[in-house]
Amino acid sequence: MNQVLEVSNLHKAFGGIKAVNGVSFSVNEGEILGIIGPNGCGKSTLFNCILGQLEPTEGSVKLDGLDVTNMRPSELNRLGVSRTFQLLQVFPELSVRENLILAGQEHEGSMLSRLFGARDAGLTEKAEQMIGFFKLGHLADAKAGGLSYGQQKLLDAAMAFMAGPRLVLLDEPAGGVNLTMLGDLKERLRAINAEQGATFVVIEHNMDFVMSLCSRVIVLAEGKVLAEGTPAEVRADPAVIEAYLGH
Amino acid sequence: MTAPATRSDLSPSPRLTRLPGLGMIDGTFLTLAIGAAILWFAPVGMGRYGTYVLSLWLVMSIAVMGLNLTLGYAGLKSLAQAAFMGLGAYTTAILTTKFGISWYAAFALSGLLTFAVGILLGFPALRVKAHYLAFVTLAFSTLIWLILRNEQWLTGGVFGISNINRPDFFGIKLFGALEFHRFVVVVTFILAVALWWLIRSPWGRAFTALRENPIRAASLGIDTRAYTLLAFAIGSAYAGFAGALYAPLVEFIDPSPFSLSQSFFLLLMVVAGGAGYLLGPFVGALLGVVLPEWLRFAGSLYLIIFAAIVMLLLIACPQGVSGLMERGWAKITGKRGDAR
Repeated sequence: MNQVLEVSNLHKAFGGIKAVNGVSFSVNEGEILGIIGPNGCGKSTLFNCILGQLEPTEGSVKLDGLDVTNMRPSELNRLGVSRTFQLLQVFPELSVRENLILAGQEHEGSMLSRLFGARDAGLTEKAEQMIGFFKLGHLADAKAGGLSYGQQKLLDAAMAFMAGPRLVLLDEPAGGVNLTMLGDLKERLRAINAEQGATFVVIEHNMDFVMSLCSRVIVLAEGKVLAEGTPAEVRADPAVIEAYLGH
Repeated sequence: MTAPATRSDLSPSPRLTRLPGLGMIDGTFLTLAIGAAILWFAPVGMGRYGTYVLSLWLVMSIAVMGLNLTLGYAGLKSLAQAAFMGLGAYTTAILTTKFGISWYAAFALSGLLTFAVGILLGFPALRVKAHYLAFVTLAFSTLIWLILRNEQWLTGGVFGISNINRPDFFGIKLFGALEFHRFVVVVTFILAVALWWLIRSPWGRAFTALRENPIRAASLGIDTRAYTLLAFAIGSAYAGFAGALYAPLVEFIDPSPFSLSQSFFLLLMVVAGGAGYLLGPFVGALLGVVLPEWLRFAGSLYLIIFAAIVMLLLIACPQGVSGLMERGWAKITGKRGDAR
């Protein structure tokens, strides 16, 4: 099976604090990999280093064998890597539809064609599909800033999928989302994974969500990989129980 | 400083006045067209000074339009808009008076030069956003003012440059106040429509993303470096165009209208008119240029009254007059209005 993402010996230090301390792992095509660990264990820093938002102190990141360490986030996105953020990151003054068009517009044509071409960059139909898929149909014209927290989380996820990415890194997608919406979100992610073969890496604290969605889980503690395996293996690992899951 | 700038001009359909067969035309475009038609005839019977004030309002509107793109849409804080206007005005004045180049070529070169300087000056903004650009433009503003004042061999120093000729238009002389005013109306209309087009295009959407959340924008493939530079350079070029019109309008230029305080005044016009509203600059420039004229009856108190009006306006509605109009429209219709 193809390795989509390969992270090797990644380090990130902030002064004397080693937020990420020699993390290595790989993600296979079509896989849903979960990353769990206590608060402050370096999960989000790891994402930010992979995605070019932070410069790693050491180590490398490869996408389909291509070294993308320190590549700019916008370039990485255009190579098919998308993400969601732990905190809400929609564009509050734009409508739901406009948020989605924005999420896809830079993947088509050139700068000049975006200036002189269609206002919607030919993406209205695709945006409507995503709106329907993520059950946001009645909110298409609403300003994103006026949506509930859970709805904004769905929009955030929908934006990440707008350009048909190969690899999506989801940072706590379930955080603050109610049970009904959580079910919707999980169902949507599974469908995209199955139908489009998209590969996911998911950071999450909600254990039920991770264990039921992911085929493999990595546990981080103090910036290092503590354990790795199937959800069942990880759940039974004494070191993981001690450091994170509890008895 | 950045107003929320809700912008229906980006929304695909519901608030747009779509005319059958005219596809792209919306309420904002119609407002611009009707406004241009009214302004074409407005100065009749107003006399030379009244006509001059109207023309000055439009010229300042162009500079404010540029700053509105930079600040209101893209969220970049520039304190050099008047300096860019000075660069455009002096480029046009020097090229037309000393080198005999046609105004049209000088106008284009003024826009190109200010665009290029905007690109160069925009690079520091890519490192640390917001405040860094503000400081760089502050220094640039001072530098330009010093050059305009001290480099007498080129700029005429404090004596400035006089006898700046007004252009012809296909053989028609534009020396009279009314003729030149109508020329200014046409140029302003063209530049406003160009900006209207830009803001409605995916570029406009990307500029908004830049203002609202640059980190998220980058994660969606938006080249924030390119768009930051473009927003700043296009905004600066509009100041250059405004300067190129200003020089033949006043026929004499010196450094004083291009000082740092004038840049702050242009910022005030953006905010008072409504940052992020396409028609906001016209309202802001009206407040900045025409309102003081109307307040002249108050003698030396007119500037104090003017400042008080602007302060009260911003306390009542931080989104400026355009925001106030939008709120009013929303109350009348019970939904969000299309004040832009």
